[in-house]
This record gives sequence, structure tokens and C-alpha cells, in this order.
Amino acid sequence: MKFIDEFRDPGLARRLADKIAQISTRPARLMEFCGGHTVAIMRNGIRQLLPSQIEMLSGPGCPVCVTANRDIDRAIALSLSPEAIITTFGDMLKVPGSYSSLQQARAAGGDIRIVYSTQDALQTARDNPGKPVIFLAVGFETTTPTVASAILQAERDKINNFYILCNLKMTPPAMRALLELGEVRLNGIICPGHVSTIIGTGPYQAYARDYGVACVVAGFEPVDILQAVEMLIKQIEEGTARVDIAYTRGVRPEGNIRAQELMRDVFDPIDACWRGIGDIPRSGFKLKDKYDRYDAALRFDIELPPVKEHAGCRCGEILRGVIRPCDCGLFGKACNPENPVGPCMVSSEGSCAAYYQYGVFNG
Amino acid sequence: MGEKILLAHGSGSKLSHDLISKVLAPPIMNPVLARMDDSAVLELSGRLAFTTDSYVVNPVFFPGGDIGRLAVCGTVNDLSMSGAKPICISLALIIEEGLDIDDLQRIMTSVKDTAAEAGVRIVTGDTKVVERGKADRLFINTSGIGLIEGGADISGSNARPGDKLILSGGIGEHGMAVMSRREGLRLSLPVTSDCAPLNHLVSSMLSASKNIHSLRDPTRGGLAATLNEFARQSDAGIMIEEDKIPVHDGVRGACELLGLDPLYIANEGKLIAAVAEADADKVLEAMQKNKYARQAAIIGEVTGEHRGRVVMKTGIGSSRIVDMPVGEILPRIC
Repeated sequence: MKFIDEFRDPGLARRLADKIAQISTRPARLMEFCGGHTVAIMRNGIRQLLPSQIEMLSGPGCPVCVTANRDIDRAIALSLSPEAIITTFGDMLKVPGSYSSLQQARAAGGDIRIVYSTQDALQTARDNPGKPVIFLAVGFETTTPTVASAILQAERDKINNFYILCNLKMTPPAMRALLELGEVRLNGIICPGHVSTIIGTGPYQAYARDYGVACVVAGFEPVDILQAVEMLIKQIEEGTARVDIAYTRGVRPEGNIRAQELMRDVFDPIDACWRGIGDIPRSGFKLKDKYDRYDAALRFDIELPPVKEHAGCRCGEILRGVIRPCDCGLFGKACNPENPVGPCMVSSEGSCAAYYQYGVFNG
Repeated sequence: MGEKILLAHGSGSKLSHDLISKVLAPPIMNPVLARMDDSAVLELSGRLAFTTDSYVVNPVFFPGGDIGRLAVCGTVNDLSMSGAKPICISLALIIEEGLDIDDLQRIMTSVKDTAAEAGVRIVTGDTKVVERGKADRLFINTSGIGLIEGGADISGSNARPGDKLILSGGIGEHGMAVMSRREGLRLSLPVTSDCAPLNHLVSSMLSASKNIHSLRDPTRGGLAATLNEFARQSDAGIMIEEDKIPVHDGVRGACELLGLDPLYIANEGKLIAAVAEADADKVLEAMQKNKYARQAAIIGEVTGEHRGRVVMKTGIGSSRIVDMPVGEILPRIC
């Protein structure tokens, strides 16, 4: 398949792996921020191709995983309000909140429908004019412009039964929070591919400058990732730290200006709570006042039970890269994809799910 | 608007009899069914295989097939995978009130054509009609009886280290064809379901070799689930090579788009066999002569290592575990 096979070429992958082994002379600790990268690394067994002194850590780049329990509880409570139709991406369905999950809420009678895009959610609102239709907006800058666009369409077409429960988040503040915490000393960051398509590379410049961390934006195929690792190791060996793009077919330094404008038109930044990290200033998106009639959290008055964290669950530390999934006592035992205790085991981009599914042979 | 199924069609009244005698029975008529008694009476002797399966596919018509073809193929294939020659099947319909009789007729024609292709007779049947909303258009159950000839002993527990694994063709076609027509996903894919009766294919394989140890059609859960079943049942390791597994470009493309893995997507006209190494080429050659297995390929082997586990050599030369699928297959979030 064109534009995919080239980036899975075994010969090219082998040459890149050899090159990395050749130039790597010292230990290097890299973090892939994005859950999509974690899955690609595990699925393709990338670690096996790298010298042992290169350590790869997984970061907090799975939007489902970083959604705080309170926000999941709110979605579940909303789904049980009579009349309301909840529309959501499939990954949210099984995520455990404090007491149950959307999947359980659906079995208890909640009208919860899986959609594949925000456009489908908007269409559900058009098709059900008598009922409030709430879209669970979970995602990073890749998803946010599509939600912004849906809000503008609802405004234009006077769809007055469409709402969003907004848990959209920004990646750069979370990356900065991790670097600021300093729990793990990183030498390099594999920057997210699709997020960078939208926001460009501007926000990463500060990490290279202020924290001396090499940054390379990567695509999602094995050759993409190996190329990014090679570029990172080169910087580290040279003792430099700058922002490079390995994913040139998908990312321009300035990003997607139109999408950025859309986000700015519809949303304001707000402090947001991230699972495992806590409150991060100006790291979330909130509907601008002029669009607040679409905000489900304002429109529906719901009572939330007290938040309960799951005993023994170490998703927080895993999201910060402090431990690996297999270091968690619940991993593969009490917590598995069939009975997930924490969200990292649920989401298709969660670190624990990726380690569980493709693990062992990847070490 | 055409005529529709009413609750009265299931009431045992004249309307029911008309439905059976005019729509349901004629396409599939044969001497055993024609007796119209409470059970079919069969003269059989030897080792028998017996299986049952229910079909609830949504939508009932999908690219490359429909629920009628699926219901016949599914049971014919389950019998074939035990090394049995399918002899006869039953057909029970649970119809939702409001189904177009034209649609029912199309489905019965498809049942007839598929049964004729497989060479099985439908010898008994049942029809129920339920209120709107109590079923989704049409559910079908088929059970089947097959005859095991020549002492064949084929089982998921018989795979042995050294056996070659032969796959009959491209994976994931049924699952993607059906998914492309699901509400909310309006994908236009150049993919049709592979739904097909595999009994003639199996029969030619059994003629080619007495050393076929395991056979299975990887339906729900896909190839990954079936290989894991082999590994666990046979307490052996399985090693497959990503590059050797045929996947239609349309399936690959759709899987890339939706974040799915073809290894986990359903098939309805494919089989995987564990065959003694010495006979593998012979069996492969026999398979490739069948129209449903032109793309058959040896995709890996059974090993004495990593027992109970399926491991795949990836395209770039590393290896990874291929685990059992978990829960619903859901598209990714971003």
C-alpha cells in the first residue's frame, strides 16, 4: 500500500537500526509522549532493534488515560439522565470511573452511542431534535479542531440540542509539567506526530532551550520511529538540543494555521486536571463564553459521588514514565483488558494495554 | 411498498402455511423435507459430526453475501473443520414483524444456492415471528450433521511441533465488508465478504494428505483467536510471519484508517490448517486448485517453544506476541 509500505521497509529499518547502534556511545533515555507511538513501538517490536543503553519510556499521550476519574464520573452520571443521548468514541466505553463505566451505564439503560467522528455526533443531534445529544469531547489538539468545527456548524444550522462535555487537553503544557517535575531525567522526546500536524513545532522550542532535551517529531510507522530515534541519538551524541522533524510528510513547523484559528475562535485555555499529574495551568480547553450554551456541564445540573481512586492502580506513575506497566503489581493479574482497573489498560493507545497485548517478547 | 411479514405469519394459521408453502419451502424442497412431518427421518451410519450455530448479522445483506448464505456456510464449515462431509442441515428462522417478504425471498434463494453449491440438503426447519423490536429483522439458526469418513482425526488439540500452518487466503474480508455497511461508518470499500462453503476445499485437502492435524475456520476473533486456540489446545507454540499472511489491500487500508488489526477481523470463507511438514506442499498445491483458496500460503509453523503462545515475526524483523482478542473491537479515538 502506497505511503505505508515504504515506511515499513525491512531493509531500511535494519539500516537505521545499524546506524543507531553505530553512533550510540552512551546511555540515553527517550520518552515517546504519544500513545499512538507507544502502540507502534510495541507492535513492531522496535525496542528489540535498539542497543540496550537506549531506554524508551512511555508518556502521558493517551487522551482517555489522562482523563481524571471525576470527569469520567461526570460522563457516566450524564449518561444516566433520562432523555439524554450520549455520543462517544469507542475507547471511552470501558474506562472505569470511581464506581462504574459507561459500558455498565449502557447496560443499566443509558442511551450511549459510539460515533466515529464529531460529525456523526452532530448528525445524531439532527436526527433526534427532541432530545439533548451530548458528545464526550476527549482528545488532544488533533480532536479539538473537529469539535470546534461541530460547534460552529451547530451555531450556523441552529441545532439547539447539541452539547459537549469538554475534556479536551493540550499536549505542550503536560510535556512541560513532566520536565518540570524532573522525576525522570530525559535526554530526548519523540514528539507527537498528529498533534504536531496541528500545532507545529513552535511549542517544543522551549523544551530544547530550557531543559536541554532533544526533540524530534515522528510519524507512526516503524521506519518513521527509527528515523526519529536516530535523529535524537545524533543530537544527544553531539551534545545539542533542538527541535527536528522526522515526520516531514505530515508536519510543517508552523502547523495547520486554519485549525489553530478554529480552536482559538471556539475555545479558551483553562486549568485542567490530568490523571497522574494533577492540575496543570492552562492545559485544557473550555468553550468561550459566547458558546457556553453548548456546554453540557453548565446545562445539566448533576450530582457527583465523591471521587474514589482505585487501590493499587499505578496508572499515574505509568503516565509520568516513572514506572513501566510491568512494574505495577496489578498488571496482567487483577488488571487486564477484560477487567481493567485503570484506564491505561483500556484505551487502545494506553501503555498497559499495549504492553499487555504485545508484551513479553519486547521485554 | 411490498408485502411485509405480519405477526399472523407466525401464528400457525393459514397465513403461516401460505408463507411456508409459497415462500420458504419451495426453494429448498427435497424428499425428506417434503414429508412435512415433525422431524426429518434420516438413514445414516458411521461416525457423525453434529454442530449448531445462530446468525444475527447486521445488516442482513452485506457486500458479498447475506444472512442466508452465511447461515448455510457457517454450519457447513463447522462440520468440515472436523473432517466431516456435511450431509444435511436444519434451518430455523426468527423473523421480526415488518420484514419485507421480498427480502425473505431473496434470502431463501441465497440459502438454496449456497446449499446446492455445498451439496447439502435442508431437511427440517422452523419459523417464528416476533413483535417489532424483539429481533433485528431476521435471525437464523442452522444445525448440521456430517459424516466422518476414513477415520480422520482432526482437532485443535492435534497440532504438533514441526507442523506447517497453511492459511487458505486473505484475512479480514468478511468483517470489514460488514463493518463498512454499519450505520455511522459509511465507508465505501472495494471489499466483499469471503463467505463461502469450504467443504469441497477440505475434501480435496483430505484426499491429498492423511496428515492434516488441525483445521479451523477463523470466524469471530479472526486468525489471532484461532491460532491462540490451537496453541492452547495443543500445548504448543505457534510462530507466524507477518509478511506471509495474505491481506487484501482494501482490508489493509480500512484497518489502517480505523486502527484495527486484520489478524483480529472475522472471516467466513477461510481456513487455517496444521499439516505435517512432509505433506505441507502437497496440501498447499491441492488447496490452490480450489477457487476459494487460490491465495493459500504457508504462514508459519508449530514449535515446541513458547508453548501456549502465538508469536509473529514482524515485517521489520522483530517479534511480538499475538494475543487473544479482548472484548468488542472498537475503533481508536485519535
